[in-house]
Amino acid sequence: MSVQTLAPEEKSRQQIMREQRQRDIRRFFHTMFSRRIVIIGAVGTAFFLLIALFAPLIAPYDPNAVDILNKFAPMSAEHLLGTDIYGRDLFSRLVYGTRVSILTGVIATLMAAIIGCLLGMVASFYGGTVDKLLIAACDTFMAIPGTALAMALLSLLGGGMLNMAVILCITTIPGMLRMMRASSLSVMSTDYILAAKLSGENKLKIMIKHVLPNSISPIIVMATQSVGTSIMMESGLSFLGIGIKIPTASWGSIINEARPYLMTSPLYVLAPCICLALLIISLNLLGDGIRDAMDPSLRGA
Amino acid sequence: MAKYMFKRLGQTLIIIVIVSVLTFLLVSLMPKDPVYALYGTDITQEEYDVAFKQLNLDKPIPVRYLAWAGDVLHGDFGTSYRYHDDVLAVIGEKLGVTMYLCFASTIISFPIGILLGVITAVKRGKWQDSVLTMFANIISSIPSFVIAIVMLWIFCIKLGWLPSSGFTFPWDDFGEHIREIIMPLFCLSIGGIASVCRQTRSSMLEAIRQDYVRTARSKGLKEGFIIYKHVLRNGLVPIITMIGQRLAMMMGMTVFVENVFAIPGIGSLMVESVNNVDMPVLQACVMLSALIISLAYLFTDFLYVVVDPRISLS
Repeated sequence: MSVQTLAPEEKSRQQIMREQRQRDIRRFFHTMFSRRIVIIGAVGTAFFLLIALFAPLIAPYDPNAVDILNKFAPMSAEHLLGTDIYGRDLFSRLVYGTRVSILTGVIATLMAAIIGCLLGMVASFYGGTVDKLLIAACDTFMAIPGTALAMALLSLLGGGMLNMAVILCITTIPGMLRMMRASSLSVMSTDYILAAKLSGENKLKIMIKHVLPNSISPIIVMATQSVGTSIMMESGLSFLGIGIKIPTASWGSIINEARPYLMTSPLYVLAPCICLALLIISLNLLGDGIRDAMDPSLRGA
Repeated sequence: MAKYMFKRLGQTLIIIVIVSVLTFLLVSLMPKDPVYALYGTDITQEEYDVAFKQLNLDKPIPVRYLAWAGDVLHGDFGTSYRYHDDVLAVIGEKLGVTMYLCFASTIISFPIGILLGVITAVKRGKWQDSVLTMFANIISSIPSFVIAIVMLWIFCIKLGWLPSSGFTFPWDDFGEHIREIIMPLFCLSIGGIASVCRQTRSSMLEAIRQDYVRTARSKGLKEGFIIYKHVLRNGLVPIITMIGQRLAMMMGMTVFVENVFAIPGIGSLMVESVNNVDMPVLQACVMLSALIISLAYLFTDFLYVVVDPRISLS
């Protein structure tokens, strides 16, 4: 008998829990990557994330360095994708644009997830008037088309990256709130919450310690999908010329700027289009994988 | 039933009232002075004061809101800052163009999406399923304006088959209308087809698992009959709820498609009014689209109850 093997009852409780958690995590990644297409999504997402992180190292030029004599240069060794209308290096602009898109999408989603979670829990925990008011607010925001709401807020707050993130966050919150409310309502009715309530624990502690961990997985799934949606919306509004404004390089604003030259230099327009499509496809594939791993009952839905 | 309908009607009314308050605040919070916006900056102080009173700007916000809401109920959305014309006259035909696009693409995308969804569900796990599901996933990941630009590049610039922009109503010139509308309708519908297909697939798969389907199979009924009579009928109920949601999505997406193909609709007007800070027009556009979407949601809910008697009305 070796020294390391201990009878189950001799293991400490903590150790068992740690092992259990490790097994859960392993199973999570195993289910997540069991479909090959999810790996493609993960690789694609990682690729764009790395580009965003190391933008200054990857981009050969300053994205805003104007070289007016060298405008619309074709693809060459110096300028991988050629130059744009002001002679700026298109490749460098795309690289920096990755940063803007991912950052806006992630910040907006994170803020929306946090606020949506809190309000959703408040709605399901207190019920009654609070619940009704919050749901009415959600319904109102959902009755306005996302683009129209974003445009109205943009005209009030003005463009720019931070405002953009705030606006996208506002348009995402209602969905998150409803999801969190529904998922925490089912947790609320369980016996262990009742037990916690009866044992006189305070409300805040119950919410954070018991309700939140048990009802958060649909929110995580929703958040992975909402990053892609936010990026789509950001690039769309920038494309309309009202989101992130020129000269900040965002894929949408590059497409907007390049649109008149579709006939003469198609690469200028199509390159950012392809980047955008690839990033969102990768994000959604990865999101599908996470959804399958988190909640196997939703697989293929 | 009647009670439920009244309740939903009431909810819709409340939502519309809240939306109107929000859109009203949108204008009131703008730093732009409405008097200068309407009459130009080179007016005398007396003219300014008269206009200031006329626009009720000397009164508190709640009073102004009530006055504005009263006007809106009479179909008066104010005066456009840019065109110096009645807002409804500025919107005019544009709303019709947008509604035409949205309804046409909804009508196209539901039957096709349902058909493809049925195919993927019936052929689950076979190559037809994998190919269609993959396409649906990819298509719904690509922003509509990217699809629009790529189509414009292929069919208009490279092949020269279709015109790049414009909009003609079908009753004015049908051939021209079809040529102009193919690309915008395709861009608007393709996303809808993909998501209807995905939803149909999952709710059909849900229905196929039910006991009554197993019973039907063990009775020896033909598979096609079972799919049509038992699975499709029950699987389609959740699809109906998507109509309102799709219409809302469509109203949002049409902004991009209208922009790319230079179609004079509400979307183009909204972008223009954001750029020109033409608040009354923007306000009216947001109000009208919220109204249309709320009515669509209301209609879907009623339809849902009519189609599926199992839904409890409480």
